[in-house]
Amino acid sequence: MLEILLDATVRAGTPILFATLGAIINERAGIINLGIEGLMLIGALSGFAATFASGSLLLGVLAAFVAAFIAGSIHALITVQLRGNQIVSGLALTMFGIGITALFGRGVVGQTIDGFERHAVPLLAQLPLVGKAFFNQDWLIYFSFLLVALIWFFFYRTRWGLELRTIGENPAAADACGIPVNRYRFLAVACGSGFVGIGGAYLSLASTPMWIENMTAGRGWIAVALVIFASWSSFRALFGAYLFGGITAMQLRFQAMGTTVSAHILQMLPYIFTIVVLVISTIRLQKGASQQPGNLGLPYDREDRK
Amino acid sequence: MPDLLQLTHIRKTFPGVIALDDVSFSIRAGEIHTLLGENGAGKSTLMNVLTGFYAPDSGGLQLDGQPVRFASPRDSLALGIGMVHQHFMLVPAHSVLENIMIALQGVPLLFSRRQQRARIEQTIEEFGLDLDLNAPVWKLSIGAQQWIELIKLLLRDCRLLILDEPTAVLTPQEAAKLFQVLLRLKQQGKCIIFISHKMREVMEISDRVTILKKGRSVTTLEKGEFDQKKLAGLMIGGDRIPEWQKSLPFSEEIVLEIENLSVRNDRGLADLDNFSLRLQKGEILGIAGNGQKALAEALTGLTRVESGRVLAAGEDITRSCARSSYIAGIAHIPEDRKAIGIVPDLSLDENLILKNFRAKCFRNGVFQSRSAIRDNAEEKIGQFAIKAGPPGSPVRLLSGGNIQKVIIARELSEQPAVLVALYPTRGLDIGSAEYVHKVIADGASNGMSTILISEDLDELYKICDRIAVIFRGRLIGYADPTSSSRAEIGLMMSGEVSA
Repeated sequence: MLEILLDATVRAGTPILFATLGAIINERAGIINLGIEGLMLIGALSGFAATFASGSLLLGVLAAFVAAFIAGSIHALITVQLRGNQIVSGLALTMFGIGITALFGRGVVGQTIDGFERHAVPLLAQLPLVGKAFFNQDWLIYFSFLLVALIWFFFYRTRWGLELRTIGENPAAADACGIPVNRYRFLAVACGSGFVGIGGAYLSLASTPMWIENMTAGRGWIAVALVIFASWSSFRALFGAYLFGGITAMQLRFQAMGTTVSAHILQMLPYIFTIVVLVISTIRLQKGASQQPGNLGLPYDREDRK
Repeated sequence: MPDLLQLTHIRKTFPGVIALDDVSFSIRAGEIHTLLGENGAGKSTLMNVLTGFYAPDSGGLQLDGQPVRFASPRDSLALGIGMVHQHFMLVPAHSVLENIMIALQGVPLLFSRRQQRARIEQTIEEFGLDLDLNAPVWKLSIGAQQWIELIKLLLRDCRLLILDEPTAVLTPQEAAKLFQVLLRLKQQGKCIIFISHKMREVMEISDRVTILKKGRSVTTLEKGEFDQKKLAGLMIGGDRIPEWQKSLPFSEEIVLEIENLSVRNDRGLADLDNFSLRLQKGEILGIAGNGQKALAEALTGLTRVESGRVLAAGEDITRSCARSSYIAGIAHIPEDRKAIGIVPDLSLDENLILKNFRAKCFRNGVFQSRSAIRDNAEEKIGQFAIKAGPPGSPVRLLSGGNIQKVIIARELSEQPAVLVALYPTRGLDIGSAEYVHKVIADGASNGMSTILISEDLDELYKICDRIAVIFRGRLIGYADPTSSSRAEIGLMMSGEVSA
């Protein structure tokens, strides 16, 4: 019973994990991206369409990354190069994503593909309780574990990561050291968006191998909230995404068990949880435990007089 | 010595402001070259042009006789020009090590922290400095933060180092240490551009001095050609330094009484401990020692008082918030001009009525009266000689001296009984500083009492009637500037002697 619940937790949490990681990369560079929901949809549709056309899941994942990378570049162009308002640009990106996927998705509605299958990791999958949930999963889930570690390593053990963190905190300081602020920011936004796209593709290639209009159902917004909950750390993002996944899994379980509580109320739980998380993490932020990048949301203009 | 760098006819404008009009001067190898000028003369703008932060509208730079153009700070840094900015280019949340590392060249993508640390520690030791590389920058004093900036340049092996008012934030001991390091760098053949308002330092360290005025280079003088008086004269040019006289003997009437006040800071330590003080009408009372900031915040209602009372004209104002303190007649010139003195993005007109915007004269029913607010601004601009930009432009574009005048104009507009001024002349040029002193002295003649909080003993001596010395949050005693020596006050400040 618990094993099944844990398994469902990981599977429900993974798309949100990818999206949260992508958003963290954006925000570490100092750019707020509210286009996550739209980027996930773009990733979900491109991934599904590419796999449907080619039969290759790998190509599907790549297509999701590339399509979201390109869509994210629009956000980067507006917010980094043109120093536009990040909130407005991000919201526009979400609406763009919802619209364009509804339009181009019509052709593949109702089609099916062979989605990602489970591959047990030898030995590890035999572990009691957690073995099946974490190590009898598909390749995308294993990739998400790797990504969590890689992002941490990138930020804290590589020169590029240090430079990117500095840009998010104080772009003028980075500029004074000769670091090309705009180039870094652009790449961070575009690559981060690419990973968000993979999160979307998880839905259409693994969770339910088909395309359904607006299939993200607000998961992108939950990722935006989880970035704050995770204090911009990839490991805490893993924790947050699974917490959310766990609540989703539980409410499905309750429904299956046939409780008297209305299904609508149960389906609300993950979103209520998101609000609670935001309240708690905001209180924590105010107590000075903030890990928020110092220049988050502010455009950088070298000639601006300080 | 050949010229290392030449600037010819540099011009730089911002919307509505000519920051640099026509600046030309040159820097030789191995000299300390001081730039002198009033606030808003264009010193910092010029240095931002030199470091590639600002692209000049016209004019040229020549390095080693070759014309150069800087598209970004990266270009100027590559040619060995580095700067310690007045507002430090540091990340407070990162460690000292991380802050220094981003400035280093040749750090591999996957670096070894130990190797980089050793490299940095070597330079720190070489210059006899003391820095904890693991500490987060926000925990360090401003003086220590400045050393980080300097070490970044030393590790970059810059040929030309620019220091924008480095001593403004240093204690005298730290400043002396800085000068030692600068002289040593000079001996190594490096050039240093030094910006300071403190004449004594300029005289001590400069090989040459270039004077800027209103965005133009006035002249460059060699060592021996200048003295303090001449420099001050050139800097101010035709402008008159405002004259003022110390107030008449003040009356016996007590306007402000502090009884056994205790204030704790965020960390729970006592900033003020059972502190008592009496302020007489028309008096200028200086405060020296630590705990000054807590005193100012307690008086102006910005901090929570633990115990004790503050009486203004007999009325208890201990628990009042900032607006009611103002109504009770206490005006405040805060320490951090841009952070709490003004709203940087609002216009001059709006900043001038921040405290009394509810007054009937600025309203038409529920609406603001734009014309009355504009008239008020015009009046204040004239009265306080504020050099204002075009109407409606954000007040942050003004120079430090003018921003201070805006604050003073606003604070004095309701004829306060008491003025609490924190470091009111910090970072101001001679003309502006004298102006602030004149306002305080004139106010005293009209019966306004002032509590002047300053680290600058010279300032306290010059203008105060009495100096109260605080040590560890307690009042040690009063000193009379006409009879006590600086050494006596120094001993009181260190808690060794009480008056």
